[in-house]
Amino acid sequence: MIVVEGVNKTFNEAQILKNVEAKFHPGKVNMVIGKSGSGKTVLLKSLVGLHKIDSGSITFDGRDFTKMRTKEKIAIRKEVGMLFQGGALFDSSTIEENVIYPLDMFTNFTKAEKLKRANFCLERVNLTGVNKQFPSELSGGMQKRAAIARAIALNPKYLFCDEPNSGLDPQTAIVIDKLIQEITKEYGITTVVNTHDMNSVLAGADSVVFIFEGHSWWHGSRTDLLDSGNPELDDFLFSSELMRRIRPTKQHK
Amino acid sequence: MKTMFHIGRYFVFMFQVFSKPEKHKIWFRQFFREVQSLGLSSTGIIILVSLFIGAAITIQMAYNITSPLVPDYVISLTTRDTMLLEFSSTIISLVLAGKVGSNIASEIGTMRVSEQIDALEIMGINPASFLVSPKILAFMFFIPFLVIISMFVGIAGGWLSAVFVGVISPQDYITGIQLYFIPYYVTYSIIKSLFYAFLIVSISSYQGYYVSGGALEVGRASTRAVVYSIVLILTFDLILTQLLLS
Ligand SMILES: Nc1ncnc2c1ncn2[C@@H]1O[C@H](COP(=O)(O)OP(=O)(O)OP(=O)(O)O)[C@@H](O)[C@H]1O
Ligand SMILES: [Mg+2]
Repeated sequence: MIVVEGVNKTFNEAQILKNVEAKFHPGKVNMVIGKSGSGKTVLLKSLVGLHKIDSGSITFDGRDFTKMRTKEKIAIRKEVGMLFQGGALFDSSTIEENVIYPLDMFTNFTKAEKLKRANFCLERVNLTGVNKQFPSELSGGMQKRAAIARAIALNPKYLFCDEPNSGLDPQTAIVIDKLIQEITKEYGITTVVNTHDMNSVLAGADSVVFIFEGHSWWHGSRTDLLDSGNPELDDFLFSSELMRRIRPTKQHK
Repeated sequence: MKTMFHIGRYFVFMFQVFSKPEKHKIWFRQFFREVQSLGLSSTGIIILVSLFIGAAITIQMAYNITSPLVPDYVISLTTRDTMLLEFSSTIISLVLAGKVGSNIASEIGTMRVSEQIDALEIMGINPASFLVSPKILAFMFFIPFLVIISMFVGIAGGWLSAVFVGVISPQDYITGIQLYFIPYYVTYSIIKSLFYAFLIVSISSYQGYYVSGGALEVGRASTRAVVYSIVLILTFDLILTQLLLS
Protein backbone atom coordinates (compact mmCIF):
# COMPACT_ATOMS: atom_id res chain seq x y z
CA MET A 1 0.00 0.00 0.00
CA ILE A 2 1.15 3.51 -0.79
CA VAL A 3 0.15 6.17 1.71
CA VAL A 4 0.31 9.84 0.83
CA GLU A 5 0.07 12.29 3.72
CA GLY A 6 -0.03 16.07 3.69
CA VAL A 7 1.92 16.46 0.45
CA ASN A 8 2.67 20.01 -0.69
CA LYS A 9 4.49 20.96 -3.85
CA THR A 10 5.27 24.41 -5.19
CA PHE A 11 6.76 25.45 -8.53
CA ASN A 12 8.12 29.01 -8.66
CA GLU A 13 5.74 30.21 -5.97
CA ALA A 14 2.68 28.55 -7.53
CA GLN A 15 1.41 25.90 -5.17
CA ILE A 16 0.37 22.92 -7.28
CA LEU A 17 -0.29 20.26 -4.63
CA LYS A 18 -2.04 21.35 -1.46
CA ASN A 19 -1.99 19.01 1.49
CA VAL A 20 -2.80 15.96 -0.64
CA GLU A 21 -3.93 12.83 1.20
CA ALA A 22 -4.47 9.46 -0.48
CA LYS A 23 -4.16 5.73 -0.02
CA PHE A 24 -3.44 3.35 -2.88
CA HIS A 25 -4.17 -0.32 -2.31
CA PRO A 26 -2.39 -3.44 -3.60
CA GLY A 27 -4.13 -5.55 -6.22
CA LYS A 28 -6.39 -2.61 -7.00
CA VAL A 29 -6.59 -0.09 -9.78
CA ASN A 30 -6.48 3.20 -7.91
CA MET A 31 -7.54 6.07 -10.12
CA VAL A 32 -6.67 9.72 -9.77
CA ILE A 33 -9.08 11.94 -11.65
CA GLY A 34 -9.27 15.66 -12.16
CA LYS A 35 -9.30 18.43 -14.72
CA SER A 36 -6.38 19.12 -16.98
CA GLY A 37 -3.85 21.15 -15.01
CA SER A 38 -5.21 20.10 -11.62
CA GLY A 39 -1.89 18.49 -10.66
CA LYS A 40 -2.32 14.78 -11.46
CA THR A 41 0.97 14.39 -13.28
CA VAL A 42 2.80 16.39 -10.63
CA LEU A 43 1.31 14.09 -7.96
CA LEU A 44 2.34 10.96 -9.84
CA LYS A 45 5.86 12.24 -10.42
CA SER A 46 6.12 13.26 -6.79
CA LEU A 47 5.15 9.73 -5.77
CA VAL A 48 8.15 8.29 -7.55
CA GLY A 49 10.50 11.10 -6.56
CA LEU A 50 10.85 12.78 -9.95
CA HIS A 51 9.63 15.92 -8.21
CA LYS A 52 10.94 16.70 -4.76
CA ILE A 53 8.01 17.56 -2.50
CA ASP A 54 8.14 20.52 -0.11
CA SER A 55 6.53 18.73 2.81
CA GLY A 56 4.47 15.66 3.65
CA SER A 57 5.26 11.99 3.43
CA ILE A 58 4.92 9.19 0.91
CA THR A 59 5.31 5.66 2.21
CA PHE A 60 5.63 2.49 0.16
CA ASP A 61 4.48 -0.38 2.39
CA GLY A 62 5.81 1.40 5.43
CA ARG A 63 9.00 2.71 3.81
CA ASP A 64 9.08 6.49 3.80
CA PHE A 65 10.27 7.37 0.32
CA THR A 66 10.79 11.06 0.99
CA LYS A 67 13.32 10.42 3.75
CA MET A 68 15.44 8.03 1.70
CA ARG A 69 18.85 8.54 0.27
CA THR A 70 19.47 7.93 -3.42
CA LYS A 71 20.80 4.39 -2.87
CA GLU A 72 17.67 3.32 -1.01
CA LYS A 73 15.44 5.04 -3.52
CA ILE A 74 16.99 2.96 -6.27
CA ALA A 75 16.00 -0.19 -4.38
CA ILE A 76 12.36 0.95 -4.47
CA ARG A 77 12.61 2.02 -8.09
CA LYS A 78 13.40 -1.56 -9.02
CA GLU A 79 9.90 -2.32 -7.83
CA VAL A 80 8.32 0.54 -9.74
CA GLY A 81 7.03 0.52 -13.28
CA MET A 82 5.88 3.74 -14.84
CA LEU A 83 3.94 4.58 -17.93
CA PHE A 84 4.44 8.21 -18.88
CA GLN A 85 1.80 10.42 -20.43
CA GLY A 86 3.65 10.41 -23.75
CA GLY A 87 4.99 6.87 -23.57
CA ALA A 88 8.61 8.02 -23.22
CA LEU A 89 10.06 5.13 -25.20
CA PHE A 90 13.74 5.61 -26.03
CA ASP A 91 13.48 6.57 -29.65
CA SER A 92 16.98 5.57 -30.64
CA SER A 93 16.35 1.99 -29.50
CA THR A 94 14.13 -0.69 -30.96
CA ILE A 95 11.00 -1.87 -29.18
CA GLU A 96 12.80 -4.99 -28.01
CA GLU A 97 15.75 -2.98 -26.69
CA ASN A 98 13.35 -0.68 -24.89
CA VAL A 99 11.78 -3.54 -22.98
CA ILE A 100 15.19 -5.07 -22.26
CA TYR A 101 16.57 -1.80 -20.81
CA PRO A 102 15.34 -2.27 -17.24
CA LEU A 103 16.44 -5.91 -17.36
CA ASP A 104 19.92 -4.80 -18.40
CA MET A 105 20.09 -2.44 -15.47
CA PHE A 106 18.68 -4.55 -12.69
CA THR A 107 19.08 -8.22 -13.49
CA ASN A 108 21.93 -10.56 -14.24
CA PHE A 109 19.91 -12.46 -16.80
CA THR A 110 21.69 -13.93 -19.79
CA LYS A 111 20.92 -12.55 -23.20
CA ALA A 112 18.51 -15.37 -23.94
CA GLU A 113 16.69 -14.93 -20.65
CA LYS A 114 16.29 -11.21 -21.22
CA LEU A 115 14.93 -11.80 -24.67
CA LYS A 116 12.51 -14.38 -23.38
CA ARG A 117 11.24 -12.02 -20.71
CA ALA A 118 10.92 -9.17 -23.22
CA ASN A 119 8.95 -11.34 -25.58
CA PHE A 120 6.72 -12.49 -22.76
CA CYS A 121 5.93 -8.89 -21.82
CA LEU A 122 5.31 -7.89 -25.41
CA GLU A 123 2.97 -10.82 -25.89
CA ARG A 124 1.24 -9.87 -22.67
CA VAL A 125 0.31 -6.52 -24.23
CA ASN A 126 -0.58 -8.14 -27.56
CA LEU A 127 2.32 -6.60 -29.38
CA THR A 128 4.16 -9.14 -31.45
CA GLY A 129 6.24 -8.94 -34.60
CA VAL A 130 7.48 -5.42 -33.94
CA ASN A 131 10.58 -6.30 -31.89
CA LYS A 132 13.02 -4.80 -34.34
CA GLN A 133 11.02 -1.68 -35.14
CA PHE A 134 11.65 1.75 -33.71
CA PRO A 135 9.05 3.58 -31.62
CA SER A 136 8.47 6.17 -34.35
CA GLU A 137 7.39 3.38 -36.70
CA LEU A 138 4.52 2.36 -34.41
CA SER A 139 1.09 3.88 -33.97
CA GLY A 140 0.25 5.78 -30.78
CA GLY A 141 -1.64 2.86 -29.27
CA MET A 142 1.14 0.43 -30.07
CA GLN A 143 3.67 2.77 -28.48
CA LYS A 144 1.54 2.93 -25.34
CA ARG A 145 1.43 -0.86 -25.23
CA ALA A 146 5.18 -1.12 -25.74
CA ALA A 147 5.62 1.34 -22.90
CA ILE A 148 3.41 -0.84 -20.70
CA ALA A 149 5.51 -3.87 -21.65
CA ARG A 150 8.61 -1.98 -20.56
CA ALA A 151 6.93 -0.89 -17.33
CA ILE A 152 6.07 -4.47 -16.37
CA ALA A 153 9.38 -6.00 -17.47
CA LEU A 154 10.73 -6.23 -13.93
CA ASN A 155 7.48 -7.52 -12.42
CA PRO A 156 6.83 -4.30 -10.54
CA LYS A 157 5.11 -4.15 -7.18
CA TYR A 158 3.93 -0.66 -7.98
CA LEU A 159 2.68 0.49 -11.34
CA PHE A 160 2.06 4.14 -12.21
CA CYS A 161 0.21 5.08 -15.37
CA ASP A 162 -0.21 8.66 -16.50
CA GLU A 163 -3.24 8.82 -18.77
CA PRO A 164 -2.72 5.42 -20.35
CA ASN A 165 -5.49 5.88 -22.87
CA SER A 166 -5.39 9.54 -23.77
CA GLY A 167 -5.30 10.09 -27.49
CA LEU A 168 -6.53 6.60 -28.30
CA ASP A 169 -9.74 5.53 -29.98
CA PRO A 170 -12.40 4.16 -27.60
CA GLN A 171 -11.78 0.53 -28.54
CA THR A 172 -8.02 0.64 -28.09
CA ALA A 173 -8.54 2.62 -24.91
CA ILE A 174 -10.65 -0.21 -23.53
CA VAL A 175 -8.03 -2.78 -24.50
CA ILE A 176 -5.39 -0.84 -22.57
CA ASP A 177 -7.67 -0.35 -19.56
CA LYS A 178 -8.44 -4.06 -19.48
CA LEU A 179 -4.78 -4.88 -19.72
CA ILE A 180 -3.93 -2.68 -16.76
CA GLN A 181 -6.76 -4.19 -14.71
CA GLU A 182 -5.70 -7.72 -15.56
CA ILE A 183 -2.04 -7.37 -14.68
CA THR A 184 -2.95 -5.53 -11.51
CA LYS A 185 -5.12 -8.40 -10.32
CA GLU A 186 -2.84 -11.09 -11.69
CA TYR A 187 0.29 -9.93 -9.88
CA GLY A 188 -1.27 -8.06 -6.97
CA ILE A 189 0.29 -4.80 -8.12
CA THR A 190 -0.46 -1.48 -6.42
CA THR A 191 -1.56 0.43 -9.49
CA VAL A 192 -2.15 4.16 -9.68
CA VAL A 193 -3.74 5.50 -12.84
CA ASN A 194 -4.18 9.16 -13.77
CA THR A 195 -7.07 9.79 -16.08
CA HIS A 196 -9.83 12.12 -17.11
CA ASP A 197 -11.53 9.47 -19.16
CA MET A 198 -14.81 8.69 -17.40
CA ASN A 199 -15.23 5.47 -19.36
CA SER A 200 -12.20 3.92 -17.80
CA VAL A 201 -13.14 5.17 -14.36
CA LEU A 202 -16.61 3.65 -14.51
CA ALA A 203 -15.33 0.43 -16.04
CA GLY A 204 -12.28 -0.26 -14.00
CA ALA A 205 -11.61 1.93 -10.97
CA ASP A 206 -11.42 0.10 -7.67
CA SER A 207 -10.94 3.36 -5.83
CA VAL A 208 -11.01 6.97 -6.94
CA VAL A 209 -9.30 10.13 -5.75
CA PHE A 210 -10.56 13.38 -7.18
CA ILE A 211 -7.98 16.15 -7.38
CA PHE A 212 -9.41 19.63 -7.51
CA GLU A 213 -7.07 22.61 -7.88
CA GLY A 214 -4.31 20.70 -6.15
CA HIS A 215 -6.43 19.44 -3.25
CA SER A 216 -7.41 15.81 -2.76
CA TRP A 217 -11.03 16.88 -2.85
CA TRP A 218 -12.92 13.61 -2.68
CA HIS A 219 -12.20 9.92 -2.49
CA GLY A 220 -14.32 6.82 -2.57
CA SER A 221 -15.32 3.88 -4.69
CA ARG A 222 -16.59 4.03 -8.21
CA THR A 223 -20.12 3.22 -7.06
CA ASP A 224 -20.20 6.24 -4.75
CA LEU A 225 -18.83 8.44 -7.47
CA LEU A 226 -22.06 9.26 -9.27
CA ASP A 227 -24.02 10.36 -6.23
CA SER A 228 -21.35 11.86 -4.06
CA GLY A 229 -23.30 15.07 -3.65
CA ASN A 230 -20.01 16.91 -3.98
CA PRO A 231 -20.63 19.93 -6.24
CA GLU A 232 -17.09 20.24 -7.65
CA LEU A 233 -16.95 16.52 -8.38
CA ASP A 234 -20.37 16.61 -10.02
CA ASP A 235 -19.26 19.54 -12.11
CA PHE A 236 -16.30 17.56 -13.33
CA LEU A 237 -18.19 14.31 -13.86
CA PHE A 238 -21.23 15.59 -15.62
CA SER A 239 -19.58 18.02 -17.96
CA SER A 240 -20.23 15.80 -20.97
CA GLU A 241 -23.57 15.11 -22.58
CA LEU A 242 -23.04 11.37 -22.25
CA MET A 243 -22.38 11.57 -18.53
CA ARG A 244 -25.38 13.83 -17.96
CA ARG A 245 -27.55 11.13 -19.47
CA ILE A 246 -26.49 8.57 -16.91
CA ARG A 247 -26.65 11.02 -14.03
CA PRO A 248 -28.76 9.53 -11.24
CA THR A 249 -31.83 11.67 -10.64
CA LYS A 250 -32.78 12.85 -7.18
CA GLN A 251 -35.79 10.49 -7.10
CA HIS A 252 -33.49 7.51 -7.42
CA LYS A 253 -32.03 8.15 -4.01
CA MET B 1 22.90 36.68 -11.42
CA LYS B 2 21.49 34.41 -14.11
CA THR B 3 25.00 33.70 -15.40
CA MET B 4 26.17 32.70 -11.94
CA PHE B 5 23.19 30.37 -11.63
CA HIS B 6 24.07 28.65 -14.89
CA ILE B 7 27.75 28.35 -14.06
CA GLY B 8 26.90 26.84 -10.68
CA ARG B 9 24.40 24.43 -12.14
CA TYR B 10 26.84 23.50 -14.90
CA PHE B 11 29.41 22.41 -12.33
CA VAL B 12 26.84 20.46 -10.33
CA PHE B 13 25.78 18.82 -13.59
CA MET B 14 29.38 17.89 -14.41
CA PHE B 15 29.70 16.38 -10.97
CA GLN B 16 26.69 14.15 -11.69
CA VAL B 17 28.04 13.30 -15.13
CA PHE B 18 31.28 11.98 -13.71
CA SER B 19 29.83 9.94 -10.89
CA LYS B 20 30.46 6.23 -11.18
CA PRO B 21 28.47 4.48 -13.93
CA GLU B 22 26.06 1.78 -12.83
CA LYS B 23 27.06 -0.93 -15.25
CA HIS B 24 30.38 -0.90 -17.04
CA LYS B 25 29.29 -3.15 -19.86
CA ILE B 26 26.46 -0.81 -20.76
CA TRP B 27 28.73 2.20 -20.41
CA PHE B 28 31.13 0.80 -22.97
CA ARG B 29 28.32 -0.02 -25.32
CA GLN B 30 27.20 3.61 -25.14
CA PHE B 31 30.79 4.79 -25.54
CA PHE B 32 31.27 2.94 -28.82
CA ARG B 33 27.92 4.13 -30.07
CA GLU B 34 28.99 7.71 -29.44
CA VAL B 35 32.39 7.23 -31.07
CA GLN B 36 30.40 6.23 -34.11
CA SER B 37 27.72 8.90 -33.99
CA LEU B 38 29.80 11.88 -32.84
CA GLY B 39 33.26 11.03 -34.17
CA LEU B 40 33.20 8.77 -37.21
CA SER B 41 30.20 10.48 -38.70
CA SER B 42 32.01 13.84 -38.58
CA THR B 43 34.93 12.65 -40.68
CA GLY B 44 33.21 13.49 -43.96
CA ILE B 45 32.57 17.14 -43.19
CA ILE B 46 36.05 17.56 -41.73
CA ILE B 47 37.64 16.15 -44.90
CA LEU B 48 35.50 18.37 -47.08
CA VAL B 49 36.17 21.58 -45.16
CA SER B 50 39.90 20.90 -44.74
CA LEU B 51 40.43 20.03 -48.38
CA PHE B 52 38.88 23.24 -49.64
CA ILE B 53 40.40 25.53 -47.03
CA GLY B 54 43.85 23.99 -47.58
CA ALA B 55 43.53 24.65 -51.30
CA ALA B 56 42.20 28.17 -50.74
CA ILE B 57 44.96 29.12 -48.32
CA THR B 58 47.60 28.00 -50.79
CA ILE B 59 46.07 30.00 -53.61
CA GLN B 60 45.69 33.10 -51.45
CA MET B 61 49.26 32.83 -50.21
CA ALA B 62 50.48 32.54 -53.77
CA TYR B 63 48.66 35.72 -54.77
CA ASN B 64 49.89 37.60 -51.72
CA ILE B 65 53.50 36.62 -52.01
CA THR B 66 54.54 38.26 -55.24
CA SER B 67 58.01 39.43 -54.31
CA PRO B 68 60.71 37.58 -56.27
CA LEU B 69 62.85 37.72 -53.10
CA VAL B 70 60.55 35.32 -51.30
CA PRO B 71 61.01 31.73 -52.44
CA ASP B 72 57.92 29.81 -53.56
CA TYR B 73 58.21 27.15 -50.89
CA VAL B 74 57.19 29.76 -48.31
CA ILE B 75 53.66 29.40 -49.70
CA SER B 76 53.34 25.75 -48.74
CA LEU B 77 55.24 26.24 -45.51
CA THR B 78 52.71 28.89 -44.49
CA THR B 79 49.81 26.71 -45.53
CA ARG B 80 51.18 23.88 -43.41
CA ASP B 81 51.67 26.02 -40.34
CA THR B 82 48.25 27.65 -40.63
CA MET B 83 46.67 24.21 -40.76
CA LEU B 84 48.78 22.86 -37.91
CA LEU B 85 48.50 25.82 -35.57
CA GLU B 86 45.00 27.09 -35.93
CA PHE B 87 42.84 25.60 -38.60
CA SER B 88 42.92 21.90 -37.81
CA SER B 89 42.17 22.50 -34.15
CA THR B 90 40.23 25.70 -33.62
CA ILE B 91 38.41 26.20 -36.90
CA ILE B 92 37.61 22.52 -37.16
CA SER B 93 36.18 22.68 -33.65
CA LEU B 94 33.98 25.60 -34.61
CA VAL B 95 32.62 23.48 -37.44
CA LEU B 96 32.15 20.57 -35.04
CA ALA B 97 30.40 22.84 -32.54
CA GLY B 98 27.81 23.44 -35.22
CA LYS B 99 27.41 19.81 -36.14
CA VAL B 100 27.97 17.89 -32.93
CA GLY B 101 26.79 20.58 -30.51
CA SER B 102 23.38 21.08 -32.05
CA ASN B 103 23.01 17.34 -32.48
CA ILE B 104 23.68 16.65 -28.80
CA ALA B 105 21.55 19.49 -27.47
CA SER B 106 18.57 18.52 -29.56
CA GLU B 107 18.94 14.82 -28.80
CA ILE B 108 19.13 15.33 -25.04
CA GLY B 109 16.58 18.13 -25.12
CA THR B 110 14.09 15.93 -26.94
CA MET B 111 14.69 13.18 -24.42
CA ARG B 112 13.95 15.68 -21.67
CA VAL B 113 10.69 17.03 -23.06
CA SER B 114 9.42 13.60 -24.08
CA GLU B 115 10.06 12.34 -20.53
CA GLN B 116 12.69 9.82 -21.65
CA ILE B 117 15.08 11.25 -19.07
CA ASP B 118 12.44 10.76 -16.38
CA ALA B 119 11.99 7.21 -17.63
CA LEU B 120 15.72 6.56 -17.21
CA GLU B 121 15.60 7.96 -13.72
CA ILE B 122 12.66 5.72 -12.83
CA MET B 123 14.78 2.76 -13.88
CA GLY B 124 17.26 3.80 -11.22
CA ILE B 125 19.72 5.14 -13.78
CA ASN B 126 21.58 8.42 -13.25
CA PRO B 127 20.63 10.01 -16.58
CA ALA B 128 23.35 12.67 -16.54
CA SER B 129 26.12 10.15 -16.18
CA PHE B 130 24.48 7.54 -18.39
CA LEU B 131 23.84 9.89 -21.31
CA VAL B 132 26.62 12.43 -21.10
CA SER B 133 29.82 10.81 -19.86
CA PRO B 134 30.12 8.39 -22.80
CA LYS B 135 29.57 11.32 -25.15
CA ILE B 136 32.26 13.48 -23.57
CA LEU B 137 34.85 10.74 -23.42
CA ALA B 138 34.02 9.36 -26.85
CA PHE B 139 34.41 12.73 -28.47
CA MET B 140 37.61 13.55 -26.59
CA PHE B 141 38.92 10.17 -27.65
CA PHE B 142 38.12 10.75 -31.29
CA ILE B 143 38.86 14.43 -31.86
CA PRO B 144 42.67 13.97 -32.14
CA PHE B 145 42.04 11.71 -35.12
CA LEU B 146 39.88 14.37 -36.70
CA VAL B 147 42.58 16.97 -36.10
CA ILE B 148 45.24 14.80 -37.71
CA ILE B 149 42.99 13.90 -40.62
CA SER B 150 42.29 17.59 -41.12
CA MET B 151 46.02 18.41 -41.14
CA PHE B 152 46.80 15.81 -43.77
CA VAL B 153 43.80 16.60 -45.92
CA GLY B 154 44.37 20.35 -45.69
CA ILE B 155 47.97 20.02 -46.79
CA ALA B 156 46.85 17.65 -49.54
CA GLY B 157 44.29 20.25 -50.62
CA GLY B 158 47.11 22.75 -51.02
CA TRP B 159 49.05 20.29 -53.10
CA LEU B 160 46.04 19.69 -55.34
CA SER B 161 45.77 23.41 -55.98
CA ALA B 162 49.47 23.38 -56.84
CA VAL B 163 48.91 20.61 -59.34
CA PHE B 164 45.63 21.75 -60.86
CA VAL B 165 45.68 25.53 -60.50
CA GLY B 166 49.43 25.77 -60.85
CA VAL B 167 49.97 28.65 -58.40
CA ILE B 168 53.18 26.94 -57.28
CA SER B 169 55.08 24.01 -58.66
CA PRO B 170 54.34 20.70 -56.92
CA GLN B 171 58.06 20.23 -56.24
CA ASP B 172 58.28 23.58 -54.41
CA TYR B 173 55.15 22.68 -52.51
CA ILE B 174 56.63 19.41 -51.29
CA THR B 175 59.89 21.15 -50.36
CA GLY B 176 58.01 23.80 -48.39
CA ILE B 177 55.94 21.47 -46.30
CA GLN B 178 59.10 19.66 -45.17
CA LEU B 179 61.01 22.76 -44.12
CA TYR B 180 61.29 23.95 -40.53
CA PHE B 181 58.71 21.47 -39.34
CA ILE B 182 58.01 21.80 -35.63
CA PRO B 183 56.39 18.62 -34.24
CA TYR B 184 55.24 20.47 -31.13
CA TYR B 185 52.67 22.28 -33.27
CA VAL B 186 50.84 19.00 -33.69
CA THR B 187 50.89 18.29 -29.97
CA TYR B 188 49.72 21.83 -29.29
CA SER B 189 46.78 21.41 -31.67
CA ILE B 190 45.77 18.12 -30.16
CA ILE B 191 45.88 19.52 -26.63
CA LYS B 192 43.67 22.40 -27.70
CA SER B 193 41.25 20.07 -29.43
CA LEU B 194 40.80 18.00 -26.26
CA PHE B 195 39.68 21.11 -24.41
CA TYR B 196 37.36 22.05 -27.27
CA ALA B 197 35.83 18.57 -27.39
CA PHE B 198 35.08 18.74 -23.69
CA LEU B 199 33.56 22.20 -24.01
CA ILE B 200 31.37 21.34 -27.00
CA VAL B 201 29.91 18.18 -25.52
CA SER B 202 29.50 19.36 -21.95
CA ILE B 203 27.94 22.72 -22.86
CA SER B 204 25.58 21.19 -25.41
CA SER B 205 24.56 18.42 -23.04
CA TYR B 206 23.91 20.96 -20.31
CA GLN B 207 21.74 23.02 -22.64
CA GLY B 208 19.73 19.97 -23.65
CA TYR B 209 19.44 18.51 -20.18
CA TYR B 210 17.72 21.51 -18.63
CA VAL B 211 15.22 22.21 -21.40
CA SER B 212 11.68 22.59 -20.23
CA GLY B 213 8.70 22.99 -22.48
CA GLY B 214 8.44 21.64 -26.00
CA ALA B 215 9.97 21.49 -29.45
CA LEU B 216 10.45 25.26 -29.59
CA GLU B 217 12.62 25.25 -26.48
CA VAL B 218 14.62 22.32 -27.81
CA GLY B 219 15.38 24.38 -30.91
CA ARG B 220 16.42 27.35 -28.79
CA ALA B 221 18.61 25.16 -26.60
CA SER B 222 20.40 23.79 -29.59
CA THR B 223 21.07 27.29 -30.92
CA ARG B 224 22.39 28.32 -27.49
CA ALA B 225 24.56 25.21 -27.40
CA VAL B 226 26.26 26.20 -30.64
CA VAL B 227 26.67 29.86 -29.75
CA TYR B 228 28.08 29.25 -26.26
CA SER B 229 30.37 26.51 -27.53
CA ILE B 230 31.78 28.84 -30.16
CA VAL B 231 32.30 31.70 -27.72
CA LEU B 232 34.06 29.42 -25.25
CA ILE B 233 36.19 27.77 -27.92
CA LEU B 234 37.44 31.19 -28.99
CA THR B 235 38.06 32.23 -25.40
CA PHE B 236 39.99 29.05 -24.69
CA ASP B 237 41.91 29.49 -27.94
CA LEU B 238 43.36 32.70 -26.55
CA ILE B 239 44.04 31.28 -23.11
CA LEU B 240 45.61 28.06 -24.37
CA THR B 241 47.70 29.78 -27.01
CA GLN B 242 49.09 32.10 -24.38
CA LEU B 243 49.79 29.17 -22.06
CA LEU B 244 51.17 26.70 -24.57
CA LEU B 245 53.07 28.80 -27.08
CA SER B 246 54.63 31.64 -25.11
N1 LIG C 1 8.12 21.27 -13.98
C1 LIG C 1 7.17 22.19 -13.76
N2 LIG C 1 7.51 23.47 -13.50
C2 LIG C 1 6.58 24.42 -13.27
N3 LIG C 1 5.26 24.19 -13.27
C3 LIG C 1 4.84 22.94 -13.52
C4 LIG C 1 5.77 21.87 -13.78
N4 LIG C 1 5.08 20.74 -13.99
C5 LIG C 1 3.78 21.08 -13.87
N5 LIG C 1 3.61 22.39 -13.58
C6 LIG C 1 2.34 23.09 -13.38
O1 LIG C 1 1.55 22.32 -12.51
C7 LIG C 1 0.18 22.37 -12.88
C8 LIG C 1 -0.39 20.97 -12.90
O2 LIG C 1 0.19 20.26 -13.97
P1 LIG C 1 -0.05 18.71 -14.21
O3 LIG C 1 0.83 18.34 -15.34
O4 LIG C 1 0.10 17.98 -12.96
O5 LIG C 1 -1.55 18.69 -14.67
P2 LIG C 1 -2.42 17.40 -14.99
O6 LIG C 1 -3.47 17.32 -13.96
O7 LIG C 1 -1.55 16.23 -15.17
O8 LIG C 1 -3.06 17.84 -16.36
P3 LIG C 1 -3.31 16.96 -17.69
O9 LIG C 1 -4.56 16.23 -17.46
O10 LIG C 1 -3.46 18.00 -18.74
O11 LIG C 1 -2.13 16.09 -17.89
C9 LIG C 1 0.12 23.08 -14.19
O12 LIG C 1 -0.38 24.38 -13.94
C10 LIG C 1 1.55 23.16 -14.66
O13 LIG C 1 1.78 24.38 -15.31
MG1 LIG D 1 -0.93 15.07 -16.76
